[in-house]
Amino acid sequence: MAVPKEVANLLGKPIGEPQIWEVEKGAIRRFADAIDDPSPLHRDMEYARNSKYGTIIAPTGFCGWPIKGGLMEGLGLIMGPMVNAGYPVILDAGVEFECSVPIRAGDILSCHSKIADIAEKTSKSGKGMLVLTAEANYLNQNGDKAVTVRSSFICREL
Amino acid sequence: MLRQLYWEDVDVGTEVTPIPKIATTQKLVMWAGASGDFNAMHYQESFAQSRGMPAVLVHGRLKAHWLLHLMEDWIGEEGRIKKLSCQYRAQDYPRKMNSELTYEEGETWWCKGVVTQKYAQDGGHMVDCDIWVENGNGEKTTPGKATVVLPSKKAK
Repeated sequence: MAVPKEVANLLGKPIGEPQIWEVEKGAIRRFADAIDDPSPLHRDMEYARNSKYGTIIAPTGFCGWPIKGGLMEGLGLIMGPMVNAGYPVILDAGVEFECSVPIRAGDILSCHSKIADIAEKTSKSGKGMLVLTAEANYLNQNGDKAVTVRSSFICREL
Repeated sequence: MLRQLYWEDVDVGTEVTPIPKIATTQKLVMWAGASGDFNAMHYQESFAQSRGMPAVLVHGRLKAHWLLHLMEDWIGEEGRIKKLSCQYRAQDYPRKMNSELTYEEGETWWCKGVVTQKYAQDGGHMVDCDIWVENGNGEKTTPGKATVVLPSKKAK
């Protein structure tokens, strides 16, 4: 099976408009709770104020809610064509984070996403599949690159 | 401040201090809310089964953030994660809840790692590690790699 044309056309192009949102203190705390990270840097303002960061910081890799940001919009565009092309099973395959500056509570991030790669592969069980890599670049309000997140997805036959 | 790890404290082969994690169905719901990933594969058994899975799955990305926490916890507040990647090689299935607050007996996942390289680059003191999430049977379901920057005692 081949890469559906609607998906191939997305390669290298930005996914929608850059998304912009604030990294909220409460979102940071709920995220830290969900991963069982008890660090006071993510939840105790007084402790965080006296740290080198001067305020609450996000666990590394948390770039505001929702974490997949613009990617979900991109996946929305992809799901339909993938199902139609005979790849109804869409699974997360892996992720890569490249971290530059820490993300602080109150930061305003803009997320620029694109489909970075599409590769045809065969699964261990011999099923056809596509591996899609989406890249999201997060810049903070000062224009500094905060994090790049590359997420891979497997789209395969049932 | 909590204890701090220095570049001089580690060598190739040094173990990253392991941390345990327990995935429960409740935890997955917390993760869904906290992450904004509302894929029903992670909370509705019938949907997961319609996609060929035996039960609801632990989110891959949750395991990735377990590994980020492993490294953050190890390197301390003066350390910094430069790069971290992992692959979701095998599925993991959460423990079910027995009551509002308690969950069934079952597997505990361990986040682990080991130092593979240590070097200075661009004025930073870097350490590369192999990292992974291990399931209750000791299988590495989520292998990965991390590069961290540690403070140096000499630079103090």
